[in-house]
Amino acid sequence: MYNQTVARLTYRALLGRRRALLLCALPLLLLIVAGAVRGLTGADDQVTTQLLGGFAMATMVPLIGVIAGTGAIGPEIDDGSVVYLLAKPLKRSSIIVTKLLVAIGVTVTFSAVPTLLAGYILNGNSQQIAVAYAVAAAIASVAYSALFLLLGTVSRHAVVIGLVYALIWEALFGSMVPGARALSVQQWALALAQKVADSGAGISSEVGVTTGVTLLVVATLGGTWYASRKLRTLTLAGEE
Amino acid sequence: MTSLHIDDTSRWFGNVVAVNDITMDIGPGVTGLLGPNGAGKSTLINMMGGFLPPSTGSVTLDTSPIWRNQEAYKEIGLVPEREGMYDFLTGWDFVLANAELHKLPDPAAAARKALATVEMEQAQDRKISTYSKGMRQRVKMASALVHDPSVLLLDEPFNGMDPRQRMQLMQLLRNMGDEGRTVLFSSHILEEVEQLASHIEVIVAGRHAASGDFRKIRRLMTDRPHRYLVRSSDDRRLAAALIADASTAGIQLDWDEKALQIQAIDFGRFTELLPKLAREHGIRLYTVSPSDESLESVFSYLVAA
Repeated sequence: MYNQTVARLTYRALLGRRRALLLCALPLLLLIVAGAVRGLTGADDQVTTQLLGGFAMATMVPLIGVIAGTGAIGPEIDDGSVVYLLAKPLKRSSIIVTKLLVAIGVTVTFSAVPTLLAGYILNGNSQQIAVAYAVAAAIASVAYSALFLLLGTVSRHAVVIGLVYALIWEALFGSMVPGARALSVQQWALALAQKVADSGAGISSEVGVTTGVTLLVVATLGGTWYASRKLRTLTLAGEE
Repeated sequence: MTSLHIDDTSRWFGNVVAVNDITMDIGPGVTGLLGPNGAGKSTLINMMGGFLPPSTGSVTLDTSPIWRNQEAYKEIGLVPEREGMYDFLTGWDFVLANAELHKLPDPAAAARKALATVEMEQAQDRKISTYSKGMRQRVKMASALVHDPSVLLLDEPFNGMDPRQRMQLMQLLRNMGDEGRTVLFSSHILEEVEQLASHIEVIVAGRHAASGDFRKIRRLMTDRPHRYLVRSSDDRRLAAALIADASTAGIQLDWDEKALQIQAIDFGRFTELLPKLAREHGIRLYTVSPSDESLESVFSYLVAA
């Protein structure tokens, strides 16, 4: 299922200069803020939860997911270079699975890893908060990658739609409007964080662990399946 | 030997019919798909390349359908019109990646051979983003040839090429055709098709307007006068002799060109008559050239019909 060449092309496209800068900016900001907060207030579990929950999970992870997920296929479809992948005796599902794995790798690297580091900087993983958020970020990375990869195959405006989802739905409604919360990758992943962290850590989720995990699996598998299907029937309408 | 078959195929987009009930077989050798912009050439090529399903009818490679059939790409090499092609890679990386994606036993050797065929070894280590239009086109060709396909589909391959590059690519395609490959290229530029293709398929407004040898098609249009430009040792006398025969409809003494502009209405008879008359009157013929045997005239004729 995993195709080395597809992976190499995807990595090089994703980690090209401009996109790499974009991918580095948010984690860097998180680490700088974490360092500053630790320096100013000392280790504080509540502040740690607020920063990791409010910024890392609610904003950084979905944004990195948008960049990596849509970037793994959207530009190729836009500029037509995807023809060179598709005009080959290659299973469409193997192209999608490979691109998904690359997107997951990039999202985890640029979101879960910095989340873990920031947690350690903030409170030295007291009450397992750093690990809990890092696990949630990694799990959310998988679902975001699948969903945004799908978005990249179905829409030319994948980045815009992805940003609207990430910023408005996840960051705004997802943390404020109770009804919207149950339909948010962030909340599903937080159900796991809640489980990992000590009970006094103050991490809460709208959904239970079982529901959260089920929805994450459904979103990931469903997104991947539909993206493969979409790629199989991708048409190139003539310019005329 | 692999052939493409298009059977009663139509393709529409919403209310717009791009390809209207076309049937054609494309066999080994070079075939030119000719038509004005917007005629449906790209739509047809996209269907032959497996990137568009026909709305009705079938498009097959020998007997197997091409749409949703990845295995067809073992036989097909595709040179798309669009420019997008992983600009951040070097020419070598790009062609090698294509060879790997075909799962060839020795991708590096195949990439080397393909780049040598298009004479791009010199520039293969430069990034594609630094290439000229012609170089990009040649690297695209290399990527399409890397698995030694029996069918080559090229969508407007000469667009933006300079005359030298155009000649090189034409020679390359001629060689491919001579080797027994099925080479199909689309173009809206008449002289390209005229110079390269032994066989043409003309598409006008989504319809199959004509098929066959270019000159044969032209000759079939007997109801349309043929124009000739003739220079001789005595233009006036030749003109007088020619106009006496029913095969000509008009002759003009073109003072600027120092030549005769002749309108022949009976093509076969005129071509026999001209040398005969010249010999009888002791006139030397310096130039005899059909001044409208270009595809331009075939085109405007077909479009008007």
